[in-house]
Amino acid sequence: MSLRIVVTVKYVPDATGDRHFADDLTVDRDDVDGLLSELDEYAVEQALQIAENADEAEVTVLTVGPEDAKDALRKALSMGADKAIHVEDDDLHGTDAIGTSLVLAKAIEKAGYDLVISGMASTDGSMGVVPALLAERLGVPQVTLLAEVSVEDGTVKGRRDGDAASEQLEASLPAVVSVTDQSGEARYPSFKGIMAAKKKPVQSWDLSDLDIDEDEVGLENAWTAVDSATERPARTAGTIVKDEGEGGKQLAEFLASQKFI
Amino acid sequence: MAEVLVYVDHVDGAVRKPTLELLTLARRIGEPVAVALGAGAADTAATLAEHGAAKVLTHDAPEYADYLVVPKVDALQAAVEAVSPAAVLVPSSAEGKEIAARLALRIGSGIITDAVDLEAGDEGPVATQSVFAASYSTKSRVSKGTPVITVKPNSAAVEAAPAAGAVEALNVSFSAQATGTKVTGRTPRESTGRPELTEAAIVVSGGRGVNGAENFAVIEALADSLGAAVGASRAAVDAGWYPHTSQVGQTGKSVSPQLYIANGISGAIQHRAGMQTSKTIVAVNKDSEAPIFDLVDYGVVGDLFAVVPQLTEEIKARKG
Repeated sequence: MSLRIVVTVKYVPDATGDRHFADDLTVDRDDVDGLLSELDEYAVEQALQIAENADEAEVTVLTVGPEDAKDALRKALSMGADKAIHVEDDDLHGTDAIGTSLVLAKAIEKAGYDLVISGMASTDGSMGVVPALLAERLGVPQVTLLAEVSVEDGTVKGRRDGDAASEQLEASLPAVVSVTDQSGEARYPSFKGIMAAKKKPVQSWDLSDLDIDEDEVGLENAWTAVDSATERPARTAGTIVKDEGEGGKQLAEFLASQKFI
Repeated sequence: MAEVLVYVDHVDGAVRKPTLELLTLARRIGEPVAVALGAGAADTAATLAEHGAAKVLTHDAPEYADYLVVPKVDALQAAVEAVSPAAVLVPSSAEGKEIAARLALRIGSGIITDAVDLEAGDEGPVATQSVFAASYSTKSRVSKGTPVITVKPNSAAVEAAPAAGAVEALNVSFSAQATGTKVTGRTPRESTGRPELTEAAIVVSGGRGVNGAENFAVIEALADSLGAAVGASRAAVDAGWYPHTSQVGQTGKSVSPQLYIANGISGAIQHRAGMQTSKTIVAVNKDSEAPIFDLVDYGVVGDLFAVVPQLTEEIKARKG
């Protein structure tokens, strides 16, 4: 039987760009280029490796986002994913993590899955809660923050490196996995992969396809509210000295003046 | 006064510092009730009481150690049902955020993660977050249900505030999902004797300029003279000079210590994302054009192998 893998990916504003907020205090996406979240590339990579080691497998990439988010799907397809699903709906604007996990969970159920793989966090909101929320919604084990992952005979195993200990984890499929940037470098799309990606199917679903009411998502219905966003004032220019033999001593003097020593 | 649940992060009864910081913040919005789970839970009570916990709800079962995350969610949910708190505060560790998220979903509440400050507001607690590599500061609140908020280490000073700390047993029945993910092995991290990176008051980091694993001894010596944790940039980690568990940055750990000392780190946006909320920032770098100098309170343009050992010696001399 074929192993059905769904990889959730996010299209995020480029962190090296000048990110800011729109008037409604959502992320302004117009002023900065978007791309496939770097941490999701690791999820795509692990999905492809698990698929390569399975007898038969299919890798579907799934994203929720505006029209441009197709770029993130294309990148994942060019890396080698088989097909893509794009959930797009005007009513989704401003949806928070709880709402996004609802949309993803419904889409994952509709697509059919044995294994969901996510990145450890997005590089924009960087909450790192969506994989746990998906496991809760889908009612399947969460095997998250893995630095190492493998799937064999319907069991997923992995290593989670915590602050206090490194843990070996194990769960039966279906399951939700998230992987860290230690799981293995993501491959670059080949020219052949890029050409092939153009012919791969990208399915588009909206909220009605997922039986989600518009009052369950969107900025108005978010479970949290941002009241203000203030640009941090530029730091007042610090003191910068050139080391001419006394740099370490001068720095010690500064640290002492600030009561660190 | 409304009760505020505080999830206790502890290792065999030894309470970790971020939990004590949460008790300080909890007192601003109500009366702290701590929830301590697993082996040694009851041993946490004295410390929690000293820092303001009016009550300590405890429960121990093998499930907390043998299975991932969900048993703790079940217990926290039981505590919410028992107490009907005004808010639930959880330390912003990787596991803390996962526990908080699942709890929020179950109790029909919104969640805010990585708060760096918390205050009482007319419509419930208001959380300050630092976003987009700390270029913005936002104020947010949970608009539905019981606010579930995770708070970053070093967001408040630990204050002594003696309270009753009455220990009560929490009744927990585990859900069907509780045993879904088995922990089949556990290797404790080898202790370096240094503070935990995300909790440390001072962090000393090394980057590409350290130029080799063996040279990290220079960084470690400075850290030890200050009682600091050691961090590393992604370049240093990717080169294999220092373990990934010490990586500071967007794909590593986020730190906000009182003092951050960056050595041989240029200050790429990905690194800044992980350290820009540090209260005081100091850098040593050969390149006067390095972007890190835009952030510093004090910077030394110079060779770290000359500056850092001199600094270390000077600190040792001053400390006597």
